[in-house]
Amino acid sequence: MARKTTQTRKAVVTTIAWIIGFLIFFPILWTILMSFKSEGDAIKAPLAMLSTPWTLESYGEVQARSNYLRFFMNSVIISLGSTILALVIAIPAAWSMAFVPGKRTKDLLMWMLSTKMMPAVGVLVPMYLMFRDFGLLDTRTGLVVILTLINLPIVVWMLYTYFKEIPGEILEAARMDGASLRSEILYVLTPMAVPGIASTMLLNIILAWNEAFWTLQLTTSDAAPLTQFIASYSSPEGLFYAKLSAASTMAIAPILILGWFSQKQLVRGLTFGAVK
Amino acid sequence: MATAHSRTAARLMVSPAVILLFLWMIVPLGMTIYFSFLRYNLLQPGTSFAGFDNYYYFLTQAAFWDALWNTITLVVGVLIITVFGGIALALLLDQPMWGQGIVRVMVIAPFFVMPTVSALVWKNMFMNPVNGMFAHIAKALGLQPYDFLAHAPLASIILIVAWAWLPFSTLILLTALQSLDREQQEAAEMDGASWLSRFWYLTVPHLTRSITVVILIQTIFLLSVFAEILVTTNGGPGTASTNLPYLVYAQSLLSFDVGGGSAGGIAAVILANIVAFFLMRMIGKNLDA
Repeated sequence: MARKTTQTRKAVVTTIAWIIGFLIFFPILWTILMSFKSEGDAIKAPLAMLSTPWTLESYGEVQARSNYLRFFMNSVIISLGSTILALVIAIPAAWSMAFVPGKRTKDLLMWMLSTKMMPAVGVLVPMYLMFRDFGLLDTRTGLVVILTLINLPIVVWMLYTYFKEIPGEILEAARMDGASLRSEILYVLTPMAVPGIASTMLLNIILAWNEAFWTLQLTTSDAAPLTQFIASYSSPEGLFYAKLSAASTMAIAPILILGWFSQKQLVRGLTFGAVK
Repeated sequence: MATAHSRTAARLMVSPAVILLFLWMIVPLGMTIYFSFLRYNLLQPGTSFAGFDNYYYFLTQAAFWDALWNTITLVVGVLIITVFGGIALALLLDQPMWGQGIVRVMVIAPFFVMPTVSALVWKNMFMNPVNGMFAHIAKALGLQPYDFLAHAPLASIILIVAWAWLPFSTLILLTALQSLDREQQEAAEMDGASWLSRFWYLTVPHLTRSITVVILIQTIFLLSVFAEILVTTNGGPGTASTNLPYLVYAQSLLSFDVGGGSAGGIAAVILANIVAFFLMRMIGKNLDA
């Protein structure tokens, strides 16, 4: 009897959860479906639309009209570049805070978190003028620098929480055996730290890929990433549903796939290690 | 354990990150403060000292108070939806069910959609009064289609932003729920505690810390919502959906008023700091525990 109620309960929960999950996912699903329709079919009523023929023509048109690949490459270069640069700066910092903590380490971490509190718009004007004066407007270099700086606190925090979990005794044992600082880092720490670094990297790529304040403000065409590419559809091209859908699908697909692999790390990284 | 040698090395390794972040905090912010006291328009040559004029004009324009109100409404509205919705969804996803992994993936997906895409998809394919999904549904039910972005622009933007952030709160609260002590729950159940009292006395206290974290982090991001407004309403109609970041952007980069825009930027920084002050105290307490 008890067995049967749990099964019924499970069936009810499953149904509700699937319906809600489907509703939340629906806008994305609908966008993907619509991208495989012709422009004329895409504006038909929803049920009529589903029975129209499927086509790849929108993808071809988007690529031909706005050169999707160039924007895509900009997104890749900017998000990878800023992630690698942030890691290079953050790994030594997080390492030393985790293994040689001082009295001020906690304050320092809280201070780094507080730099994230500054609204971007508070420094928009000087950043814009500096970029203009240094010829960095609409360059990938400029965006890599900015995105490195805004994500640096998250990267340090996340690495710190991962490094914290590496037992200190192992380091002591290595030191006892006469390992130098260099070999300690190279042969003892690095292998244990790789998973944490990889997760941090993944999360940071996602954040940089979707960043839509500085990428919209500081680029126009040459260095414009996918956020800007989509913004160019705001009007009146946005009314061409099939093309908008194809462009959107191409812009979110890479990160949707990456994101699904990093659900666990996402929580940890975005909460600065406060929730694991 | 740490030798003097390794302590010096440690300091050297921290310093690049600290110096960079310090410069990033100080230099542009200092420049914003400096510009905010100048009469400085990119279309007119030369600058001159303006005293507090920029602040006076920025803070006394009606648009500023609208923007301030919209900023707060947007943050609070999205927080209410995502926190309560997140708790409900997390409780649901924590139950045993078939295909939990797939449901989880579907619920999390919106978080990975870049802001410009989610805003445009909602604007055109769902809220458009002629061909949007909602218009089709309204027509099928024999109702008049509603022009969401024209008649309820701020509420529509809150909906779009909340959709993007709901996965975040759900994911964090679900992670917290999964670390709940099962034995404690079972013991309470055996002692005859009702579902409601178990929820209130065991689950809610356990979630407090995660809810604090959700509020803190979302507030940081929600105070600076920009792309969603830029591609949907451009802040309009009038200033109906202009928030502070958008107002500063409009003043400095659309009207080229560097001085006025800078004064607005400082107003945004002050607002963020007031919020941050309370939030950091809250989270600081929670993080120690």
